[in-house]
Amino acid sequence: MNKLQGFELLEPGYWQLFIEFWSFVDVNATWVLVGTVLLGISASVIGSFAFLRKRSLMGDALAHAALPGVMIAFILFQTNSPLVMFFGAIFSSFMGLFLMSWLPKNTKIKPDAAMAITLSFFFALGMMLLSYIQGLEIAGKSGLDKMLFGQAAAMLPSDLYLLSFVAVTILITVIIFFQKFRLIAFNLVYAQALGFNMVLYETILAILIVTSVVIGLQIVGVVLMAAVLLTPVAAARFWSKNLSTMLFTAGVIGGVSGLISANISYMAPAMPTGPWMVVVLSVLFILSFLFAPERGLFSNLNKQHKLRLKVREENILRTLYVLNERTLQPANQEIQLNYSFSLEDIMKSRSVGLGELQQTLKRLCVKGLIVNMPSQQIDIKLSERGMDQAIDLTIRHRLWENYLTQKVNIDAEDVHGQAEKVEHLLTEEQTQQIEQELINQSTKDPHGKLIPVSRKIKKELSHDS
Amino acid sequence: MKNSPLVVKHINMRYQHNPVLTDVSFSIPEAKTIAIVGPNGSGKSTLLKGIMGLEPLMSGAAVFFGDSLDKKRLAVAYVPQREESDWDFPINVMDVVLMGRHGQLKFWQRPTSTDKKIAEQALEQVSMLNFKARQINELSGGQQQRVFLARALAQQASLYLMDEPFAGVDVTTEKAIINLFAELKAKNKTIVCVHHDLNTVGEYFDWVILINARLIAVGSAEEVLTVENLNKTYGGRLSLLNDLTERLYRTNLDKVHDE
Amino acid sequence: MIADIWILATASLVAISCSMVGVFLILRRMSLLGDAISHSVLLGIVLAYLITDSRSIIAMFIGATIIGLVTAWLSNSLHKLGKLQTDASIGIVFTWFFAMGVILVTLYAGKVDIDQECVLYGEIAFAPFDTIIFGGNDIGPRAFWVILGVFLLNITIFILAFNRFKLVAFNSGMAISLGVSVTFWHYLLMTMVSLTTVASFDAVGAILVVALLIIPASTAYLLAKSLKSMLIIAAIYAELSVLIGYALAVVLDSNIAASIGVVSGVLLMITVAVLQWQKKRTPVSVF
Repeated sequence: MNKLQGFELLEPGYWQLFIEFWSFVDVNATWVLVGTVLLGISASVIGSFAFLRKRSLMGDALAHAALPGVMIAFILFQTNSPLVMFFGAIFSSFMGLFLMSWLPKNTKIKPDAAMAITLSFFFALGMMLLSYIQGLEIAGKSGLDKMLFGQAAAMLPSDLYLLSFVAVTILITVIIFFQKFRLIAFNLVYAQALGFNMVLYETILAILIVTSVVIGLQIVGVVLMAAVLLTPVAAARFWSKNLSTMLFTAGVIGGVSGLISANISYMAPAMPTGPWMVVVLSVLFILSFLFAPERGLFSNLNKQHKLRLKVREENILRTLYVLNERTLQPANQEIQLNYSFSLEDIMKSRSVGLGELQQTLKRLCVKGLIVNMPSQQIDIKLSERGMDQAIDLTIRHRLWENYLTQKVNIDAEDVHGQAEKVEHLLTEEQTQQIEQELINQSTKDPHGKLIPVSRKIKKELSHDS
Repeated sequence: MKNSPLVVKHINMRYQHNPVLTDVSFSIPEAKTIAIVGPNGSGKSTLLKGIMGLEPLMSGAAVFFGDSLDKKRLAVAYVPQREESDWDFPINVMDVVLMGRHGQLKFWQRPTSTDKKIAEQALEQVSMLNFKARQINELSGGQQQRVFLARALAQQASLYLMDEPFAGVDVTTEKAIINLFAELKAKNKTIVCVHHDLNTVGEYFDWVILINARLIAVGSAEEVLTVENLNKTYGGRLSLLNDLTERLYRTNLDKVHDE
Repeated sequence: MIADIWILATASLVAISCSMVGVFLILRRMSLLGDAISHSVLLGIVLAYLITDSRSIIAMFIGATIIGLVTAWLSNSLHKLGKLQTDASIGIVFTWFFAMGVILVTLYAGKVDIDQECVLYGEIAFAPFDTIIFGGNDIGPRAFWVILGVFLLNITIFILAFNRFKLVAFNSGMAISLGVSVTFWHYLLMTMVSLTTVASFDAVGAILVVALLIIPASTAYLLAKSLKSMLIIAAIYAELSVLIGYALAVVLDSNIAASIGVVSGVLLMITVAVLQWQKKRTPVSVF
């Protein structure tokens, strides 16, 4: 047997189905699309609040807990009317919620174990009831096992209407209570101090979570529903820390995953919908983790790279200052910074590879901080602007050394390493703050070297006078 | 200081991006009781954990009796904070104390009768021998602390590092702990405690180390507990130091720079 | 009759192995990680079968263990690097792995000889008929021998390294300070969870493995006064669940694995109820 037999998806028949789907010819399929997208949006929005309240996997336990309720409702009322199943699931889910909270409060059992107990016990009960039902002769029992992994294609119009209605209700409720939910999520103690009726809001939140879990069961299934609540917000976090933006992004991610999985479900009705939705969500999560601007991995690596280059440039500027300082200077005058040095001079003073040094010098040249030289081997010189910066860097370095020895009680011989790093971070404001905080306004650093005066300040002073 | 039980060199520690300790260095004398003191969040417990290798050090090292911790494990006993343990664990007092002997055993070895005797002696020293078959969740706070001390004693170490042993214990236990310290000192053992109570520090301890995200002072209690030093310790953080070190970590500059 | 005995024997070994490993999971507050690994191993099994193009047991174990360890490691990395809460990290990783596993199962159903239903609730009723031929003799169901092997391995490790496991479970901080490599023992436990899960998979399917991992152990947690007795009590509860569950399944003609899971939960609740009633009757004693 050929292993590639599985890749039947790429056959021409599927392309045709794809086009059919998007031309909205099939009304039922369009309803499935609408329902799935609404589900994706509502579940991810409400799941965001669960995540922020540090209850990420609650959705998992609640989804599993809903199963016996559906089965019992079916057995009792002998119907698979969506409303009956819905309420059966809700009731059962709440029982699960109760068990999950009761156990840690009244026994030694810890919250994580309580969740796992609830999840597995209710699921086992549901499976037991399911196998019992399958032995009976009742109509309509065939749809029930689709609730394990979800099967959007198997949903009836009435299921979809109910789902859409509930999803929209959830979203509206979130909008109404948004301000309160936000405060509770971020600052619980403050909310309590303000006299919020915590029981009321917790109950509303619980109802919303349970409801969104229950309506998702037919599409995503019991086992994977947790992912639809959890993954979108986890991915959204990489895009923004602002709650509204996060919720919006999570909603979009949830909606898109719903869209794609509804599409796939139409094209391959034998495949369960739930896993596809989760796979899409996971892919979106990984993409967010890697590529989100600001917080994504690649963005951070890029920032670090830029910082690395800046650090190298500033290091060389300071080395040039130090080399200038060491050169024999005319007496009783300001330090002259226009001496020339060779590559070797620099490399003796600071351990840096030849290649790296040449690249850094090139960049400094482009920025106009060293005097323009074609193929520098010798005669490397600071430009006027380069001198300004070199002086400022040296000021920062030596002031910080003073700060460390005076205020932080660190020995003089240990401060150089720290100052080497901090000099790149100090702002103008902070530099002035250091000068003010230092006890004696010394003009020398802990090694006895002179702290220069900033040329920028001198220029300002000479403008004023 | 020759043969100092513990020398700490330039320890830097952080929690995510926040600097917790900057460049802490000191060495301690033998056969004394030493307190590490500072306000909440000053890094006292973290320092102890860093020294014991429970938390990662950004840089720096701790040297025990002139050697690394791995080579001197048998000489060092660590007593964690009480609240960090699971007191619902199904275990009795004797078994907890016997854990102190596990450090000397390979993983397949069982405690011998000698080990059991040592454990019982330790329990005797803290007046808990009668409780040896009790479940630990039946004990009071003070009793739990004494069991932890017995476990440390069972290790028969030369240096004892304890994280807030006096927190939340009753007066009897407090007195018992002080007596224990005196006994240990007489046998040339050294004791280092993270201590939270400024009022009792001078009374209970010979030496004091003042910490507030950095070392403020180290020395004998009389020398160190001056108004100036206490102001520096309890007068809030050095904001510049804090802000800049945090930026250092957040931008990963420390890693970038050392390349 | 013989078939019944094989089923009971297999189920007993599954239940006892899971409950023992589960004891350490709940003591280390890692129930959710156990839940996660028991789901993720599906992907490991399917990949192993596809890559080696066979139903080899060794391949299955290796695949499951690799994926199990990757689940633990990846969850931890997401937590540290992505600054995500622990349970969120676990949730994202295992749902992704499990979803991929289910998709692969559906796509390649014929090849890997598992289907959706089997994934969830196992095939223990059919286990007696899937036997191994060894040296020309039919020595019994494959599922039985597999779980027996894992059971013996677990028992051996636990007996040998009992003190280490106890130390690491009780106070990992102290363990580190004594020079014990907590990382090693942690990943060893995760490996044992993976192996036990995969061996049980064959018999009772994914979600019910979680029931057997956590429920008997939790019941024992309420009663035990020492780690050793906790392991024994958990095993007893597990065995009871198997016997009563099987009987129930026969009477009601329902799924065997599900019944066992339900009974384990019921036994927990009865125990809890009795303890609560006892608490109310006796006054709280002050030491």
